[in-house]
Amino acid sequence: MTLPVQRLTSWGRVMSSEQAVYHPSSRFDPLPAEARTYLPYGKGRSYGDSCLNPGGVAIKTGALDRYIRFDPASGVLACEAGVSFDEILRLVVPQGWFLPVTPGTRFITLGGAIANDVHGKNHHVAGTFGVHVRNFELLRSDGQRLLCSRELNPEMFAATVGGLGLTGLVTWAEIQLRRIHNPWINTETIRYGSVAEFFELCELSDRDYEYTVAWVDCVGTGQRLGRGLFTRGNHAPAGTSAGRHNAKAHTFPFVPPVSVVNAWTLQAFNSVYYHKQLRRSARQVQHYEPFFYPLDGMLEWNRMYGPRGFYQYQCVLPKAHGQAAITEMLDAVAHSGMGSFLAVLKMCGTISSPGMLSFPLPGVSLALDFPNQGERLQQLFTRLDDIVRAAQGRLYPAKDACMPGELFRAGYPQWQKFAGFVDPGFSSSFWRRVMEEK
Amino acid sequence: MKKILIIGATSAIAEATARLWAQRGEQLFLVGRNAARLDAIAADLRVRGSSKVLTYVMDANDFAAHVPMLDAAEQALGGLDTVLLAHGTLSDQQACQQSVELTLNEITTNALSTVALLTPIANRFEALKRGSIVVISSVAGDRGRQSNYVYGSAKALVTAFTSGLRQRLAKSGVVVLTVKPGFVDTPMTASFKKGPLWATPARVAHDIDRALCKRQGVIYTPAFWCLIMAIIRSIPERLFVRIKL
Ligand SMILES: Cc1cc2nc3c(=O)[nH]c(=O)nc-3n(C[C@H](O)[C@H](O)[C@H](O)COP(=O)(O)OP(=O)(O)OC[C@H]3O[C@@H](n4cnc5c(N)ncnc54)[C@H](O)[C@@H]3O)c2cc1C
Ligand SMILES: NC(=O)c1ccc[n+]([C@@H]2O[C@H](COP(=O)([O-])OP(=O)(O)OC[C@H]3O[C@@H](n4cnc5c(N)ncnc54)[C@H](OP(=O)(O)O)[C@@H]3O)[C@@H](O)[C@H]2O)c1
Repeated sequence: MTLPVQRLTSWGRVMSSEQAVYHPSSRFDPLPAEARTYLPYGKGRSYGDSCLNPGGVAIKTGALDRYIRFDPASGVLACEAGVSFDEILRLVVPQGWFLPVTPGTRFITLGGAIANDVHGKNHHVAGTFGVHVRNFELLRSDGQRLLCSRELNPEMFAATVGGLGLTGLVTWAEIQLRRIHNPWINTETIRYGSVAEFFELCELSDRDYEYTVAWVDCVGTGQRLGRGLFTRGNHAPAGTSAGRHNAKAHTFPFVPPVSVVNAWTLQAFNSVYYHKQLRRSARQVQHYEPFFYPLDGMLEWNRMYGPRGFYQYQCVLPKAHGQAAITEMLDAVAHSGMGSFLAVLKMCGTISSPGMLSFPLPGVSLALDFPNQGERLQQLFTRLDDIVRAAQGRLYPAKDACMPGELFRAGYPQWQKFAGFVDPGFSSSFWRRVMEEK
Repeated sequence: MKKILIIGATSAIAEATARLWAQRGEQLFLVGRNAARLDAIAADLRVRGSSKVLTYVMDANDFAAHVPMLDAAEQALGGLDTVLLAHGTLSDQQACQQSVELTLNEITTNALSTVALLTPIANRFEALKRGSIVVISSVAGDRGRQSNYVYGSAKALVTAFTSGLRQRLAKSGVVVLTVKPGFVDTPMTASFKKGPLWATPARVAHDIDRALCKRQGVIYTPAFWCLIMAIIRSIPERLFVRIKL
């Protein structure tokens, strides 16, 4: 069978590639015999080139969307790798369960969550998503099917969690969910004034709050550098009821000719958003959707950056150097005049990540997004890379499109061991880029 | 809780429809050729809320197996309310032109097996004076075109047969729904390049379910195919023979 060709794009809309597409319709389907390399593609919510493989075959997992078993007593769920977090939530929330870890969008697949070993606002208490994966099946290009867990094929398990789709196709996985009483979250948002204050709030909050994260105003300089809104929350106790939740989503209707996000709108947005709450602290009972997924309320919001798209830049820095390096980075961003609209700071905890290439490490993570501004932006990235390198931090492949191979290899010391588990029939644009010797 | 029999239950359109029914707790009897895939679908439908799901392996072209299968379904569920016929193959027109055997095989799968199944099903529902029969035909049955008239003529037979059946069973209160999908993104059409006219199986499932609730007789899905096919049917034969479709 000749495979149809399709143009696949990643979430930043900067990168796309014409690829042959193979659509398995069941988890029992073998991979078709191919001379080209494969790469699984979930919902393409990775920002850069880690989900693209120009010239290769994309294995689109959209039809691997069956549940296998769910035990409402223990919260153990097994399902195919193309099932989305959105679907899982719709099934399990009414039965009193929640995802153990979730990123800032629910439109991702289980396979994508494993391959990037995603983290969420509860990293300091729950670790990465991979911590809650009990086992999965991996289909290799030679047709082998490996059951992987901490006991069976443990090294292949560690290579595949956070393995960027390079070790084979995860066909299904079994995960442990987290108990909840209802869909509500008790939240508190605190306006804070500096980077140092962010770290103090983390110290104070991380013991009693399951979810913590901060939005940073990237335009403020000097005294205002690093100010932002710190949000903390917990699942609401039994008996909480908080009215109705309006689940209607809107769609960003078209790609504007130029980015809607620019120096002026950023300036305005950042100061208005910072002052959106007048009191220093505000408490609220929120439905889990706006709490975890504020951006999912606007489908295809990535269009607002216009035809040139946008980049994300996310790093994690070890605790020892965190505060100084974050200050330096925010200063570089503010002075570049290319401030970010969704700058997010988050403390990562000490629970070790199960994957050889998992991103989080104990310390602090900063995520930034920038409209594509060509060479100017690349210069800023070079500057930020230098700070990350000096602080012995690393960048997140799920968000990355630019990092030099040497920075990847320095940040992920297990890369050589990992390379031994890469399936020779699988590859990606990202992998070729960071393995290239300059 | 409805008791529903699905033939061709591994079809993407049938599976999407079964999910809507499972969410409502309906009881399902799934018939198909591949036991492993039927079991995987059954497990999924149970998680989604179906109160009872059973599977049964049968090739629709094995006519002698039809009645035992119907008996098994009725016995397992304690009667039947709805039957969905969804099996089919998209014939390779070029290959059919070179092979009488292949052509007749395609007609058997896409038309004769449906006729063979519908005959006892119709008689049982007529006697009960209730029930719904849903048959997936195709827009391709509206007019034979050079690019796929083997498949198209088989579907034309299904469309005409179900039209007659609908008239006959109307007085017994039995609903016969003929479903005419346009292009649907399913394994059947995996090698086609997809464009804006393409629909998802979930969309088609939603239309089928709604039509059934409204006791409709014929639907195009998505509905705009009604217009496209009206245009294609209205092209005069003299012109039709000269164009490529
Ligand atoms: C708005 C937004 C917020 C986000 N917030 C966070 C966050 O808070 N924390 C975080 O960690 N991430 C976050 N992300 C990133 C996102 O969670 C990851 O990129 C995720 O992996 C995307 O999943 P996907 O299903 O779209 O996979 P894709 O982007 O399609 O693919 C991602 C990788 O997974 C591989 N893959 C996919 N399916 C399989 C499979 N079945 N078997 C093997 N490999 C597979 C692909 O080959 C690729 O390498 C965010 C993204 C967005 C758009
Ligand atoms: N996709 C479209 O664009 C489109 C358009 C119009 C109409 N339709 C019709 O919609 C229906 C469903 O098709 P689909 O699109 O969902 O495609 P599909 O997923 O390929 O389903 C076709 C199903 O028919 C089954 N089948 C084929 N021959 C059979 C036989 N002899 N006995 C039993 N089962 C048999 C197949 O079973 P196996 O799994 O065992 O192979 C498969 O499950 C078909 O009637 C098709 O003609 C489809």
